Amino acid sequence: MTSEAIGSATKPRNSLAHVKAAGWGKGLNTLARITRMNLRHPWQVAFAIGSTIIAATLQLLIPQLLGRAVDQTQAAFAGGEAGAIAEQALWISALLLLLVSTLRGLFTMSQNYFAEAVGHHIGYELRLACYEKIQRLSFSFHDQVHSGDLITIGMLDLEGVRMFFSTGVVRMVLLTMLIGIGAYLLISTDLVLGLLALSFVPFVAWRSSVTQLKLRATWLDLQERLSVLSRVMEENLGGIRVVRAFASQAYEMLKFDRASKNALGLAHERVDIRVRNTSAMTFSFFFAMGLVLLFGGNKVIAGEISVGRLTTFLTFMTILQMPVRQIGLMVNSFARASTCGSRLFGLLDMDIEIKDAPDAKPLEISEGTLRFENVSFAYPGAEGRPILRNVSFEARRGETVGIVGPPGSGKSTIAHLIPRFYDVAGGAITLDGQDIRKATLASLRREVAVVQQDAFLFTTTIENNIAYGDPWAKESRIERASESAQLHNYVLGLPTGYQTVVGERGVSLSGGQRQRLTIARTMMLKPSVIVFDDSTAAIDAATEQRIRVAMRRFAKDRVTIVIAHRLSSLMHADQILFLENGEIVERGRHEELLAKGGRYKALYELQVRPGDQIPSDEDGSAG
Amino acid sequence: MAQGHAGEMEAERNDVRDDGGRPPRAVVGSHRIEEEMFGKAFDSNIVKRIWAFVKPYRAKVIVSVAAVLVFTGTQLVIPLIIRYAIDHGMTPGMVDRTALLLAAGAFLLAILINYAASYTQEIVVGKMAENVLFDIRRAMFGHLQKVSLSFMDKTEVGRLMSRLQGDVNSMQEFLETSVLSVGDIALLFGIVFVMLWLDFRLGLLTLAVLPILFIVRLFWLPRARDAFMAAHETNSVANGALAEAIHGVRAVQSMDRQQVNFVLYDDKAHANLKTHLTAAKYAQVMVPIVDTLTGIAMAVVIVVGGSMVMNGGLDIGVMVAFLFYIQRFFDPIRSLTLQYSVMQRAMASGKRLTDVLDVRIDVEDKPDAKVLSPDMDGSVEFKNVTFGYSPKHPVLKDVSFKVNPGETVALVGPTGSGKSSAMALVHRFYDVQQGQVLVGGYDVRDLTQESLGRQVAMVLQEPFLFTGTVFENIHYHKTEATREQVIEAAKAVGAHDFIMSLAGGYDADLGERGGNLSLGQRQLISFARALVADAKILVLDEATANIDSYTEMLIQRALVKLLEGRTGLVIAHRLATIRGADRIIVLQNGRIIETGNHAQLMAKGGLYSKLYNLNYASFDDIPEEVLEASVQNGSRT
Repeated sequence: MTSEAIGSATKPRNSLAHVKAAGWGKGLNTLARITRMNLRHPWQVAFAIGSTIIAATLQLLIPQLLGRAVDQTQAAFAGGEAGAIAEQALWISALLLLLVSTLRGLFTMSQNYFAEAVGHHIGYELRLACYEKIQRLSFSFHDQVHSGDLITIGMLDLEGVRMFFSTGVVRMVLLTMLIGIGAYLLISTDLVLGLLALSFVPFVAWRSSVTQLKLRATWLDLQERLSVLSRVMEENLGGIRVVRAFASQAYEMLKFDRASKNALGLAHERVDIRVRNTSAMTFSFFFAMGLVLLFGGNKVIAGEISVGRLTTFLTFMTILQMPVRQIGLMVNSFARASTCGSRLFGLLDMDIEIKDAPDAKPLEISEGTLRFENVSFAYPGAEGRPILRNVSFEARRGETVGIVGPPGSGKSTIAHLIPRFYDVAGGAITLDGQDIRKATLASLRREVAVVQQDAFLFTTTIENNIAYGDPWAKESRIERASESAQLHNYVLGLPTGYQTVVGERGVSLSGGQRQRLTIARTMMLKPSVIVFDDSTAAIDAATEQRIRVAMRRFAKDRVTIVIAHRLSSLMHADQILFLENGEIVERGRHEELLAKGGRYKALYELQVRPGDQIPSDEDGSAG
Repeated sequence: MAQGHAGEMEAERNDVRDDGGRPPRAVVGSHRIEEEMFGKAFDSNIVKRIWAFVKPYRAKVIVSVAAVLVFTGTQLVIPLIIRYAIDHGMTPGMVDRTALLLAAGAFLLAILINYAASYTQEIVVGKMAENVLFDIRRAMFGHLQKVSLSFMDKTEVGRLMSRLQGDVNSMQEFLETSVLSVGDIALLFGIVFVMLWLDFRLGLLTLAVLPILFIVRLFWLPRARDAFMAAHETNSVANGALAEAIHGVRAVQSMDRQQVNFVLYDDKAHANLKTHLTAAKYAQVMVPIVDTLTGIAMAVVIVVGGSMVMNGGLDIGVMVAFLFYIQRFFDPIRSLTLQYSVMQRAMASGKRLTDVLDVRIDVEDKPDAKVLSPDMDGSVEFKNVTFGYSPKHPVLKDVSFKVNPGETVALVGPTGSGKSSAMALVHRFYDVQQGQVLVGGYDVRDLTQESLGRQVAMVLQEPFLFTGTVFENIHYHKTEATREQVIEAAKAVGAHDFIMSLAGGYDADLGERGGNLSLGQRQLISFARALVADAKILVLDEATANIDSYTEMLIQRALVKLLEGRTGLVIAHRLATIRGADRIIVLQNGRIIETGNHAQLMAKGGLYSKLYNLNYASFDDIPEEVLEASVQNGSRT
């Protein structure tokens, strides 16, 4: 809709792009903010962290108990009095082991559950915040940001932030406990053996962090390439008639192969990165284990340690192996949360350009007079190209204003300014003398309805679509609106009538049917001002005529503005404005404008009875 | 509406609103019908079809299965080596250290083999699965290039895309995990075997916990899966609602629905929170169970194993080995039960993939198809053509006409008269039921589609542009066209001026489907594209939508340029176009009822002259009832 005005000249600028370059300080701020959000669920956070600490401690006890049991067995094997005591002790060890295992399981469950719960709760809060923000951000924001980017923020980035507590914070506590206390226990028992048992830790921690970060970077790249591929496929399937019309299947396959190979190459590369590292990490772990076995074995022979102690070291290593590999995931979680978070918060902190003034009051409509007073406008980011210049006109209740003009003359902009989709740059728009910028947005938008040229239909029933602006409406009203918009008969012809689902998964409507549905939906609103923004272009002239007749009574109570290319749509207006380069160059009733013999007349001639000769190329390129 | 209603309606509205409930007719997000996610766990037909894609890589499959078995073997051997070292190499005070060194050497060897095997298997499987994924996608995409247009007409692009992406991805997941599950099964059996072999009695006692785990998981799995599915479902519902809010934001704001929508969205987001918390409970409840079972198994080994050691019936190293195995043996069970869901999902996806691959190809080149030479005369002839999308309802009935080389013929008639079908037949989008369509004197069924396409350029009613630059769009497919030719074509159709006003000119990127251009501008670019294609025959479906009068004028001029020196078959809606044609064919209900040029048809006083005299700028503007009246009169004359 704004494409006419800004589209070609300015490329959509992604105002969220800057966050990619966020520095360290910003990243820490983001993490701090996520943590503050987490702390709004203090009990769950406390349970999660408390459980983590207990579970880690219990887990560290298991190798000790196992080692003890092995030693006791050996002692018992040695026989004698000590043996009998050891046998009893063995029972105690076994029961302790069972108890510790069960408790560890329970606390791990509680750790994971509460960690997830914290994440899901802030996920829920962020979802609502995101939704509300997106609903409220002004048109100019949505013009500049790709819908795909918003979807990425609302779905993927939100996940990254939500998971930070469980995959980042809790994991960090767990790893610190396991590795820290584990290392202390091992080294304090036997320095050399302890160092050997831990020798794989730095290597694996480093490799897994590097790998995860590399995979993350290539993942983003891969998504990019895959989206190119899916675009190729989607366009091909959507435009399959063009493809066939030009017999270009072979060319399309080439395009597909190029995009496909591009993605496949990177996918292979990622497999390489992943596998090279996992194999190397496993190897380094086992190598350390082998060293412990060799040196530990020597120590056993030398009588320095017992077999049980050695078992403790070995089982300890198996316990450490998984958490150490997860260091990479933890690092990744921090990196992900900080980039995702800064994008997400960037959105949530975005200023809403068009909002209620502090002293805004609801509109009070008495006369129902709309007035443009020297209105000027340029789209944000294209201030050098004014779209409207000093436009003034007035329309009273019951009147119809027609607006015509060449493409880019600013017609649609007028439709966007009245409900404050954008704010005027100069001058003012008033309703019964009240500047619309001083009225509450909600009251303004109840009073001003725009029928857009390519309106969005919701994937729901026809009934719900018509009642979109007034979901409390009675069925009879919905049908009346539908009758006035000349949609009723079509709907009755559908097997499920008003309950038919339209859009993506339902029946697909033709352009004209969509426009009629949009008109019906707007008629439900009972506004003081209704604007038809080229919204009958796909409806044939006869049906349009019937709609106009049906709307006559509706129009009596409000100001109607009709923007159209087709003169028959607005010939009957009380006032016709001819717009060119953002200025009103002619105005008056149809007959007056025809008599004037100016631009309107020329347009009329062209449309109603085109000359017998098609204008030749020569005089075309000259003009 | 009437004044009287207004007050009454206001009252209705307030009544309902006061009860505080949700509005009866408001929803956010779509009524989605989720596709079936799980199929039978095993469907031999589908496995066979998938195997056809894996077959080219069967050497790699063999290598990777072998590698996974070797890998599993080394995993089993490592505790045994430790056991050997403990029992034979670690007697305190022992002088001979060969046993320990031997064990260390064996350990080193085992981990080297382990390294090599895991590396090989993962690399081979990972890359193969990616390859198969891309192969399947390519096969489907290629197939869709050939299937009949009637299939494409009735299938949504979105649905096809989810086949090409989601379903293909779940096949990849299936391939990757199925090799791993071979390893899991081997590991599970290996552990059971080794434990029983080391000590039958102790092994049996320890393994007694396994059936318990199986039974528990059997109870757990269906419930847990329901919980996971519910979480997945509510998540996609909430995401769908968010996507709708993003795409429909302008409609939402202009109808002031933010408040209502927020409340409705809160319902969905909250439902999502609840299902996820339930799913988390199900996921976590297995943890203490598995840990308790592990604890039991370890306790058994310590008490029973310990007393056996004391009686001299067991080496202490065996006991240690048991403790190692116990820590490993729940893993394969866990991943095998997960495998089951992956299999079911893969079967459901596989079914949908084969459905697409099995769509029949209706229009195919004959084995001895001829190449249509550019030197052919450029005539188009319909000989007694009967055609319909379903055999019982012909859209064209016994239609015959000939368009001579260089001539422009306009097809005129009310909606549903068969104009568009006639146009599609020239390009052989469909095959006729009876009769023949001849291009350059050849039956289109005897020609290769490629060469036919090169000689018949089509301009469709709804111009479709591809993402890319203006240049790429005009140049589309005609790889030999130079930049000069492209610019010349754009100038000829009058598109040059507005193209130059775009930032970047011919190299300006068009938005998604040319979204940043007006309909008229897109039309002009599609004209330029047809001009560059430089075909002998031009088939054109004039746009019906209202284009502003200025662009309309450009289009009319461009049309003249486009038809110069070409045979033209135009589905015309605008009177200006119709009058410019050499000959007009009036179609009604699939039959030709009048032909002749404008003057002749006017003189004849038939349907055409009646329609023309109604004085509408376009035939499409004529109201239905007027049209019906004229048609009835027309057919009587």
